[in-house]
Amino acid sequence: MQHPDNPSARGTMSRRGVLECMTWAGTGLLWSLGGGVPSAMGLDRALAAEAPPAPFTFLQISDSHVGFNKPANPDALGTLREAVAQIRRLPDKPAFIIHTGDISHLSKDQEFDDADQILREIGLPLFFVPGEHDLLDDGQGRSYLDRYGKGTRGAGWYSFEQQGVHFIGLVNVVDLKAGGLGNLGADQLDWLERDVAGLASSMPIVVFAHIPLWTVYPEWGWGTQDGARVLGCLKRFGSVTVLNGHIHQIIQKVEGNVAFHTARSTAFPQPAPGTAPSPGPMKVPAGELRRVLGITSVRFVRGSEPLAIIDTPLAG
Amino acid sequence: MPSAQRLPRRLAGCGIAAIILQILAFTPATAAADRTLTDPVIIRIDNFTFAPQALTVAPGTRVTWVNGDDIPHTVVAQNKLFRSKTLDTDDRFTFTFQAPGEYAYFCSLHPHMTGTVVVKASTD
Repeated sequence: MQHPDNPSARGTMSRRGVLECMTWAGTGLLWSLGGGVPSAMGLDRALAAEAPPAPFTFLQISDSHVGFNKPANPDALGTLREAVAQIRRLPDKPAFIIHTGDISHLSKDQEFDDADQILREIGLPLFFVPGEHDLLDDGQGRSYLDRYGKGTRGAGWYSFEQQGVHFIGLVNVVDLKAGGLGNLGADQLDWLERDVAGLASSMPIVVFAHIPLWTVYPEWGWGTQDGARVLGCLKRFGSVTVLNGHIHQIIQKVEGNVAFHTARSTAFPQPAPGTAPSPGPMKVPAGELRRVLGITSVRFVRGSEPLAIIDTPLAG
Repeated sequence: MPSAQRLPRRLAGCGIAAIILQILAFTPATAAADRTLTDPVIIRIDNFTFAPQALTVAPGTRVTWVNGDDIPHTVVAQNKLFRSKTLDTDDRFTFTFQAPGEYAYFCSLHPHMTGTVVVKASTD
């Protein structure tokens, strides 16, 4: 396998290529796959893009929390609608949308119905993984599986391939253990091992799950206790991108060939790790919600370059 | 409470009075901790924390959890004896503890939230 620090040989740029991530936090991320390395750009930037479109793009949205109506955002449905409107204005349509969970706030039928109706307006294929808020029905997830579980295994995990990229949707919000973090469980991990066993190591991998698969802040439960086994399964692959939600803010990390990224919510922000008494919804002064959900651009070069983060508010 | 804070500012003799007051105040508090009564007890859920996190009650005590957060929580016994529905803001869940023992519980949505109820018969 190519050493990540070696200068790229001709034609192998993809292994350590630039991952550029521009996010318009309130809506979603537009991911482009060029040469095997995903890159993301905020929707505002994507809408204004003059560069020719990448050969393959997809979009991530997360944490819609439809039904949430508390002071941090009394109209979570409205901000999801705004996000969808932004997506629909994109000149170059992404191939599909990935939703990384917490579609609903309380798993009520009405909440799922409302979310579905709005998301369907995008007119693109949708792929989901559940958040813990999507499994609160009396059947503890039956409702989610009835709606989104077709063709999935176990609690709703699955994989698929698009244009030479292997996508893996994992569920780490089921059967959580007292005192613990997110949990995948032995069955899912065994399946994952088998799922990637036959793949060439050169195939780019995109893993998505609700709770971060890496440990962001265990004091608030922001991590997955058996997430390391996922990374173990994927160690041999040259390009692995991990997309998560749950923490309603952008945090990124690169570790070897693995790039980790958490998306913001379309509903409400949450505090940075340890900066508040709890991870509960962060209330911002009236009129500033969309400022908080403004543009965040993060650009980094795998390897030696430091992270460069530029925040640009949507308003104000 | 405010008077206790003011005491040290007064004459030295009052310091002794303060100590005596503290001793007097301490005695009924100890009795309450034993919980010889089965008065209903409230456990608050605020800032993703159960408070009090550890609680000792007498058999037959009704314990009610109240969620004060903007985010739903649950109350689930680790031994599966009880499991609340999802508690949205201000929702409550009540369970009456009969058998003596130690009952560890947690929030199944946010499992880093844990608490314990100890059910102990009175020694009187």
